[in-house]
Amino acid sequence: MNPPAGVDIIDANDFKLWKLGLAGAQGTLYEGEKFQLEFNFGPNYPLESPQVLFVGDNIPIHPHIYSNGHICLDVLYNHWSPVQTVASICLSLQSMLSSCTSKERPPDNAAYIKTARSNPKHTAWAFHDDSV
Amino acid sequence: MSSGSMSEDEFVDSDYDDFEEESDIEYEQAEDIGFSDMISEKHRKKAYEVDFTVFPLSDILAAQASASNHVANILGVTQDQAAALLRSFKWNKERLVERYMDHAQEILDQAGVVLDDVQTRLLKRPRGFVCMICFDDSSAGPALGLRCGHVFCQPCYEHYLTQKIVEEGECRRILCPESGCDVVVDEQTIKKVVQAPVMSKYRQLQDRAYVADLDNLRWCPAPNCENAVECRLPHSSFATIVPTVQCSCGYKFCFGCGLGDHQPAPCGLVKMWQKKCADDSETANWISAHTKECGKCQSTIEKNGGCNHMTCRKCKYEFCWVCMGPWSEHGTSWYNCNRFEESSSTDARDQQAKSRASLERYLHYYNRFANHEHSAKLDRDLYMKTEKKMEEMQRTSDLSWIEVQFLKKAVDVLTSCRMTLRWTYAFAFYLARNNMTELFEDNQRDLEVAVEALSELLEKPIEREKIAELRAQVLDKTVYVGSRREVVLEDTAKGLAEGRWEFFVDFGKI
Repeated sequence: MNPPAGVDIIDANDFKLWKLGLAGAQGTLYEGEKFQLEFNFGPNYPLESPQVLFVGDNIPIHPHIYSNGHICLDVLYNHWSPVQTVASICLSLQSMLSSCTSKERPPDNAAYIKTARSNPKHTAWAFHDDSV
Repeated sequence: MSSGSMSEDEFVDSDYDDFEEESDIEYEQAEDIGFSDMISEKHRKKAYEVDFTVFPLSDILAAQASASNHVANILGVTQDQAAALLRSFKWNKERLVERYMDHAQEILDQAGVVLDDVQTRLLKRPRGFVCMICFDDSSAGPALGLRCGHVFCQPCYEHYLTQKIVEEGECRRILCPESGCDVVVDEQTIKKVVQAPVMSKYRQLQDRAYVADLDNLRWCPAPNCENAVECRLPHSSFATIVPTVQCSCGYKFCFGCGLGDHQPAPCGLVKMWQKKCADDSETANWISAHTKECGKCQSTIEKNGGCNHMTCRKCKYEFCWVCMGPWSEHGTSWYNCNRFEESSSTDARDQQAKSRASLERYLHYYNRFANHEHSAKLDRDLYMKTEKKMEEMQRTSDLSWIEVQFLKKAVDVLTSCRMTLRWTYAFAFYLARNNMTELFEDNQRDLEVAVEALSELLEKPIEREKIAELRAQVLDKTVYVGSRREVVLEDTAKGLAEGRWEFFVDFGKI
């Protein structure tokens, strides 16, 4: 396995749960920060998307990332395609972080994390914004 | 009720018979005798009724087939292809035919229809082929690609399509598995790749989608019922009309939102009321009515006993619960606060009284709303018990079966009245206080009094000697209650149509 730049494998010993480290790219608001990602693969992977969450102490402060680690990214939910890979998701997340212009939580963060279930795939996502 | 075979044109301009539970039989009889004028007067549509038609599944399938057949003939495609094209146009034949004449290929691509069968065959894997889904690089076995050229191995394709159809219930637009590719997988390809049971599930989904695609059709939501109901009112009218329909299976529901009968409250109001009852907006009200904030650290504090000398557990601030001022100014008057009338504390108390009043108002309506639902259930339970008793009575005495049947009708009417009453409380909750509201509440009260009287009558112990008397009383009350219900429904429906009700919220669009 050769992870893309900025990504390192913390734990990938089985095909159920992977933990990866993600580093904020240079020249972006997240430069120097380290994040942890958790990938949960269901039995139907890759036909079904894995469950992807930010975990650990440092959850990126980003308009599309809730403080419970849930990520609002269309390719993880209804725009998933079986051609996607762990590497391509990491790349999407990197690009999502890198294009961020102001570090803030989603506007509905407080309300969302109170009612959200632990699996973000149970949330009906509406993708408000394609620009970030 | 229309039945039997139905041509697709009937969806467009059929006549609507008024129909109530009994009207079918009575109408036929009346025609035989030649009193149809009188009967039609009697069954004139009431203000709270809407026109609708019930279609069994077979009629829905027939209508679908007839539409596709028609289009297939015009465009010179097969019936399946015509159906796929129609689906992408929400079954709007005219628009499809018109656009197809101008941009045939674009329309075909959009609907995922491939006219030329040669394009959809399974390929042999090309040299150096690696399936981008499973990374299989063996050269044996078939592969598949659409016109976009994204080729995947056949087992992956089959898994993908099966997943989409069986797990995700998708039948409209299944796209090429490649990320970002929006080429629609055509029906022939699906048919070639998936197993027969999956294909039949796919067909079933398409039939379901047909009803969902048409604004004036809706499936009957009752369990195991396969009928669809057609109601041709525009959806925009549902703010002022409560489109209650009754399927031939007996289930009454709202055509606008698909919930059970919620007359007289319009859909938007129902949605708001349910949200209010379900979410924790009332928790917030409770907090503001029963708690205060510490004057220093703003922690929320509920006083659960003791004197007015409060000490915040968090920041140790000492204050007076009554006036919220610092305790240091109070000395030793532990249970009285002589500073009560000072203006700074009056404001805080006003706010609290207001929120308490609004909570109490809500609870007033909610309790009655919930109570009628509960009582309807109790009425049913009681009926079950009584019914057994009546049957026994019928066996042991000379009463006929017909003579002991009056209770059933009474309980049915009672239940429907309780359901109506229930929603009148949600309706009343949102009404602004004015004379019209007073009139509404008068009607509501009359119905409620009548309902409770009938309910009480049904609880009376049944004695053999008095059964004739009881029967007369019950029949009498049943008719009266039924007519009070009509008065309420008629008046609210007319009021909605005339815009007579004044609500303090805006639920306009659903």
